[in-house]
Amino acid sequence: MSATVETAKAQPAVMAAKQIKQRRPVSRRSLRVVSIMSPLVILVSWEILSRVGALDARFFPAPTLVFQALWDEAKTGDLWNQSQHSLSRLVIGFVVGAVPGIVIGIVAGLSRVVNAAVRPLISGLYPVPKSAIFPLFLLFFGFGENTIWYFVATGVFFPVMINTYSGVANVAQIFYDVAENFGARRGRVFWSVALPGAMPNIITGVELGAGMGLIMLAIAEMLGGVGNGWGYMVWNSYQLFRIESMYAYLLVFALVGMLLALIVGLVGRRVTPWITRH
Amino acid sequence: MSIPTATAVDTKIRIRGLTKTFTVPGGHVVTALEDFDLDVPQGQFLTLVGPSGCGKTTFLRMLAGLETPSAGTIELNRGTAGRPENSMVFQGDSIFPWMSVWQNAAYGLTVRGVAKADIKDTVGHYLDATGLTKFADTFPHQLSGGMRQRVSIARAFANDPEILLMDEPFSALDEQNKTLLQAELLRIWDETRKTVVFITHSVDEAVTLSDRIMVMSAQPGRAKAFIDVPFDRPRDVLQLRHQPEYGEIVYDIWSQLKEEVDKAKQQADERVVSSKRSLFRR
Repeated sequence: MSATVETAKAQPAVMAAKQIKQRRPVSRRSLRVVSIMSPLVILVSWEILSRVGALDARFFPAPTLVFQALWDEAKTGDLWNQSQHSLSRLVIGFVVGAVPGIVIGIVAGLSRVVNAAVRPLISGLYPVPKSAIFPLFLLFFGFGENTIWYFVATGVFFPVMINTYSGVANVAQIFYDVAENFGARRGRVFWSVALPGAMPNIITGVELGAGMGLIMLAIAEMLGGVGNGWGYMVWNSYQLFRIESMYAYLLVFALVGMLLALIVGLVGRRVTPWITRH
Repeated sequence: MSIPTATAVDTKIRIRGLTKTFTVPGGHVVTALEDFDLDVPQGQFLTLVGPSGCGKTTFLRMLAGLETPSAGTIELNRGTAGRPENSMVFQGDSIFPWMSVWQNAAYGLTVRGVAKADIKDTVGHYLDATGLTKFADTFPHQLSGGMRQRVSIARAFANDPEILLMDEPFSALDEQNKTLLQAELLRIWDETRKTVVFITHSVDEAVTLSDRIMVMSAQPGRAKAFIDVPFDRPRDVLQLRHQPEYGEIVYDIWSQLKEEVDKAKQQADERVVSSKRSLFRR
């Protein structure tokens, strides 16, 4: 124990110099090439392994076949059809979850009484696995769209609310002092201090919430008996052993997830222009 | 706040018997300020110097309305109706990171609902005076510490308050920036000659800026001595230091202050010892 401490103490100057030398600058361009190559390499090897039979093509169909299946779904209009159902559920669920999440988060961040009331409920409910409460939602709302909306909303609500709360609670006291000193009343304090101060955290909450919303959507469409939507298509394709189609809809989920992150990122940059990003 | 008729017209701030006590964790009651009297004439630049923990900031926060006194009165002789009572330049970073320099400087006026054209004139003037005009649309994180403190000063002056309060506004700046900002502050202040209550740790800063300096005692804070600074205005921050009286005044303040600083240090040491004792008891 003491020996390691000694060597660590004796080394640092030399070590640091070595590390600096070893760390060659990598150009932005070559980093981008690496980022594009890594998935391509995997896809191409998958394709080859599947074609030559090293991978069982029944479970791991070649990527080209998956793209073909997706293209077929798009051509027949099925993809758009399923997407309409899923997108509307996602959007409605997201709004129903995010809006109260932001409002309750801000109020809890501003009022110690509300915080004291809300905190035990949140810490009691949050750890329950979301998938485990789906039967409860079926009991309450039956098989139908309502169930999916509220289920997605529940998933969105927690990350949005928790992040918004911590955002508001962590706005430095000095900014509230300034607002008070310059005569700002409640509404003004909210719009000029609490909300913009919490905005970076709200964006983080929304980002996490959108991801969680997609998970909830998949679960609800698989188990909610609605008979359509991306999640249903994944499950149905699996049951009918149309594995290409199952992969195709998994691909849809991946693309939608990336698109959501992109949208939230763009909106986030718009509403927090004072934050520098790299 | 009614002003007694006995008060001279040119007294801007009249403080009588001001006391502030805090209950600290553990149940001890600490007296930050006790039976504190002070008159500040209209247009005076008054600076408070005192050892750490003597209640300077507490006093200023009570003047600013951010803390309520435990006892005593603060009376403000108000001039024009509708003007805000006070604006504070806070210690450290206090400008809103999410607002541009312009929006920050305009904050007080925006809150009060002043007409857009008037805001434009006033804010434009003070951004100009603080050399911030070309940074009007910049966000604070792109500015240096000195620039950010200029925004804070512009924000307070633009609000056109009855009195200005400054809580160690330059303490976080390096020596060169400090000198620059002191000069700028004096230049801007000369335009309006508002009543100022300024707090600092720096005796040099106090002598450079003030008409009168109040040396505060260690806790509980009281006025220990008043020192008048006779230099003419407008002042040149550098020329001032050449004058023979400058050194005398600085020495005078230090000799008053030294005893209190020692006392404050002793108090701090005792606090550490007693908190250690209570730890052992547990």
